[in-house]
This record gives sequence, C-alpha cells and structure tokens, in this order.
Amino acid sequence: MTPNDGTNGLAGVQDVLRTEQISMSFGPVVALQNVDLHLQRGEILGLVGDNGAGKSTLVKILSGLYRPDGGRIFLEGERVRFRSVQHARQHGIETVFQDLALVGELSVYHNLFLNREDTRGGWFRFLRNRAMRTAARRFLDEIGVDIPSVDTPVAKLSGGQRQAIAVARAVRRENIKVLLLDEPLAAMGAKETSLIIGLINSLSKKANISIIVIDHNYTHLFEICDRINVIQHGQVTVDKSLSEIKLEELIEFMVQSFRRDVATGDAK
Amino acid sequence: MNSNASVPREVSRHIPASGLRQLIGQHLSELVGILVAVALAIFFTIGSPNFFTFDNALVLSQFIAPFAIFALAEVPVLILGEIDLSVGQMYIVSPFFVTYFNHAGVPVLPSIILALLVCCGLGWINGLVTVKLRVPSFIATLGMAFALRGIVLIYSNGAPTNPIGSDTLVNILGGWPWSEAFWALGVAALLHVMLRGTTFGLHIVAVGGNTESARESGISVDYIKIWCFVLCALLGGLMGILDGYHLGSLDPATDGLTFTFYGVTSAVIGGTALTGGRGTMVGACIGACVLGMIKDGFLILGTSSFALDLVTGLTILLAMILNVQIERATSMRGRRGSFGHAVSSVFSIFAQRRKGRRS
Repeated sequence: MTPNDGTNGLAGVQDVLRTEQISMSFGPVVALQNVDLHLQRGEILGLVGDNGAGKSTLVKILSGLYRPDGGRIFLEGERVRFRSVQHARQHGIETVFQDLALVGELSVYHNLFLNREDTRGGWFRFLRNRAMRTAARRFLDEIGVDIPSVDTPVAKLSGGQRQAIAVARAVRRENIKVLLLDEPLAAMGAKETSLIIGLINSLSKKANISIIVIDHNYTHLFEICDRINVIQHGQVTVDKSLSEIKLEELIEFMVQSFRRDVATGDAK
Repeated sequence: MNSNASVPREVSRHIPASGLRQLIGQHLSELVGILVAVALAIFFTIGSPNFFTFDNALVLSQFIAPFAIFALAEVPVLILGEIDLSVGQMYIVSPFFVTYFNHAGVPVLPSIILALLVCCGLGWINGLVTVKLRVPSFIATLGMAFALRGIVLIYSNGAPTNPIGSDTLVNILGGWPWSEAFWALGVAALLHVMLRGTTFGLHIVAVGGNTESARESGISVDYIKIWCFVLCALLGGLMGILDGYHLGSLDPATDGLTFTFYGVTSAVIGGTALTGGRGTMVGACIGACVLGMIKDGFLILGTSSFALDLVTGLTILLAMILNVQIERATSMRGRRGSFGHAVSSVFSIFAQRRKGRRS
C-alpha cells in the first residue's frame, strides 16, 4: 500500500475513482463543500463523520442518485456524469443501499439472478432454475457467504444474511469496479457483523473490487479499511491510511472536534 | 404448548428447510385450503347421499370452473398488489361482442377472436389508467366495470339473447357439459407454468414483493402490470363466451361484480395475499373448489335460496379466519395469533415426525 499515490499529479491515473471539488446544497443547507476524494484499485476506504456531515450525500452522488451542484467525478481517469443509479451501474459503480433492495418473497438465488435470469425457450423465457440454483450456490461459496439454502425466501434470512446477499448481488455484475456500502453493519449482531466484515475483506482481496464503506463504528472500520476519510461540515478533514493513524487517535480527534463545535455552537 | 412448540419453529428459520417440511412451510395456505375442501366434502357427503356421485361431480365442475378461471385471472393482478374489479363484467360483455361482430357480417370463429381481442384492449386500458395515469386499480377497474355494464345494456336494450354459433365449435366452447372443466384445467396448467416457470412470472412476484427493488433491477414495472391486466381481461372474456354457450342464453342485466368477487374470494381462500407478493395458481383452483363445494353442497342439502347466501358468507368467513390465522402464525411480518400458532405447530410437529421416519 502506497497511501500517497494518486493524491497529486499524474499518479492520479492509479485511482479507480476520484472526485474534485464536489459541492452540493439542499436549499440553504450546504451538504458538501469542495470535496476531493480518491479511491485506489482494490482499496477499501472508510468514510466517517457525524450524522449530517455529508457522508450519505457523497455516496448518493457517487451512486448516481443525486446530481452534484458542482465539481467533477473521474472514473479510471475519465470524467463521468451519472444520470441515474442505472447509469452509474453501467459504468461499474454498484451501491448497496440501506433498504437493501431485495425481494423478500423470492428465494436467494432468484434474488441473485433477478432480471438477469438464466433462461431457455426463446421468447417464452422459461427459467432454468436448476442451473441458477447451482450457480448461486457456487458463487456464494466462492465469495464466502454462508447461507444454509439458496432456496430460502430472503425474508426468512437474518439481517446479516440479507445484507450479505445484497452485497453478493451487487458484486455479481460483470463489470463492477467500485462497490459503495452505506452502513452495511447498521443494526447487526456481533456474529452478523463478522460475517459482513469477512465478506468485505474477501471481496477486495479475491475480486479486486474497490470499496467505499460508511459506518459509525470506528472499531469495525479499522478492521476492514485500508484508509479512512473523515467528513465534517461537508468537507474531508482527515485523509489517512491505517498505517498513519491509530484508532485511539481518530476517536480522540473526533471527540476534540466535537468539543470545538459545541464551543462555537456548531454542534448538530 | 406454545412455548414448547416455538422451539422447533425458531430453529426452522435458520436450518435448511428441505423436502416435506419446506413444502409445508411454503404452501401452508394451499394445504389449509385442501383441508377445508376435504372437510367440506366429508360434511356434505354425510349430509346427503347425492353429494358424492358422478352426476354431482358434473354439476360441481360447472360451479367450480367459472370460479377457477376468475380466480386464475385475478392471481397475477393480486400478486402485483392491484385488483381487477372489471373481470366479471368482462365476462358479461364478451359474448355480446361476439354477437355484435357476427351481426356486422363476420363469421362466428373470427367474431369470437375479435371479441377476445377487444377484451384484451379493454384490459390494456385498465392497465394504462392504473400505471400511467396513476389511478388506483380498484377505482380504475370499477369504473371500467360500470362502463361495460352500461355498454352491454345500451347495446342489448336490456333484453336477453342467444349466443351465436352451432355444433362442434359450441361444444368445444362450453356447450359440452364437461367442456368448462377442461378449459379451467388447461388455463390453470398454462398459467401455473407461466407464473412458476417463466421470467414473466418471476417478475410478477418481484414487482408485487418489492416494486422499488424490482425497478432497481431494471425490470419494467409498467410493462408487467399492464400485461397482467390484459391477461385478466382476456380470461374474463373467455369465460363469458364459454358460459354463454354453456347456458345457451345471454342476460345483459346479470351483475358482473358478483362474479369478480367469487374470483377474488377463491384466490384469497387459496392463499393469495390481497396486499401483493404472494399467490399461486394451484391455490386459486383449490379456493375455487372450496367455493364451488359450498355453493353446490348447500343446494343439495336443500338450503333455501334465501338462506344460501347467508351460509355461503359464513362459510367463506370461517375458511378465511382459519387461513389468516395460520398465515399470521407463519408470517415473516405479522404478529402471531395464538390460535394459528397452535395449528401451525401441529403442522410442524407432523412434518418433523414424517421426516424422522424417513431418515
């Protein structure tokens, strides 16, 4: 890991995703202010910050859900403007939103294959359920997702298993380059958390996917991430690789800045 | 009993459900439907020597077939979380389309095909109004039902007529006593394959289960919905033509909404969720059997025609209470009713025993 690659000059080509001067306001509220962010190939970047700091807004811009007021996004060195989530997806940016976007009534393998079904019979498009079931099983084993049965309706799975399926579905797209995870560990027990952390780690290693993770739990982020960015008041205030910062330092920094905000009346 | 029984139930959520156990878990409402049907059959057989006979089987099939086709037509629409209240009126109006085209000089068979196409067009309008103009399907199709009733009354001047056609064609299309039953079975088989075996069917469930997620996956939600309305209208029209030839006369004043609700009721008795996301064609047929048996059975028992609606209503209520309670007990969302919980515990214990014996 060379943390300083891509931060300046021509080395920026190394970055799979880079933003320059991203700004966005909702009416009078400034959500993001000139945000520069970069993500290297195969890297896991953690975004931390208080509620309302702008993390989610940033992820929604990168996923194509919001269009920023100003600034530029570069994907593999080329400037991109996302019109929609689908459009961003076509470019290889997959997002797992908090609502997970799975169909609870359908089985695990049908969810994995939704709208990309394996079919035969031409126009009739008969489902090749057996083939899909086998492929789903193999794929989940490959990326290390442990689900008892791929026939189970998704609604009957635990929150962690559902999250894992949602991530697996996003990763299954052929051209995926960047995976955006919005609080993948929210409201999860210890066992489920370790399931997802394991999945995220194995994905970036095996599939060489670059990942951006938002989470409130610094301990978890330190287990997953290569680099941490802190977002405060719509700006990236800290950009450190894990070799440069310790968990205690980060927590201390966050507490200090919170106290400063309280003193100046900026705290939310 | 409750606390003991809940242990294997909780475990069953995380252990791979396989074989019989999974079958029971996923098709509980259909199984309850079968139980209700069997219970009714036993009740009527004890009540009257005329129930369990070949002659009555024919009568029964003529009761069940229309209910089944209406229910089969409603299932995809209901899975989508929509409803089509115009299907029964489509049933009334379609044979009049046939006579209209025939009087205009079109031969019988092409007239029938044209009539069915008109029904498809009307279903397409139902779909468009619901999907594009965002009118709730309940109102959109109710408006369509009233409009169709008006059309058929204006066209016929309120006077009953006879359906057009003769010989083999009529025999195939409902004239032969068993014909409707075969049509119902054929339609059921076709739609079952469509719902369970094709991409279209899978997408119906996906849209009904989580519309946003389906749209996210790139499924054209509007396309799926519109085609389900078209299919529903087509089946309503088909049933109208079949029943026209079966009865041998067409009464424009018949109230179509009653037939619509027989269909919806059958589908719901068979486990289709009115809230969308869940339903099967097999369940719709079972529901139609239950409803048909209630209608036929009480007639055979000699219930007066005034009391018939009362007992029909109460029996439907009873069947549904049982179904909903069991549904709640196994539901992924709702709270557990203690009564349904008890019944489903019996089911799961039974399933475990069977499994243990096999292995």
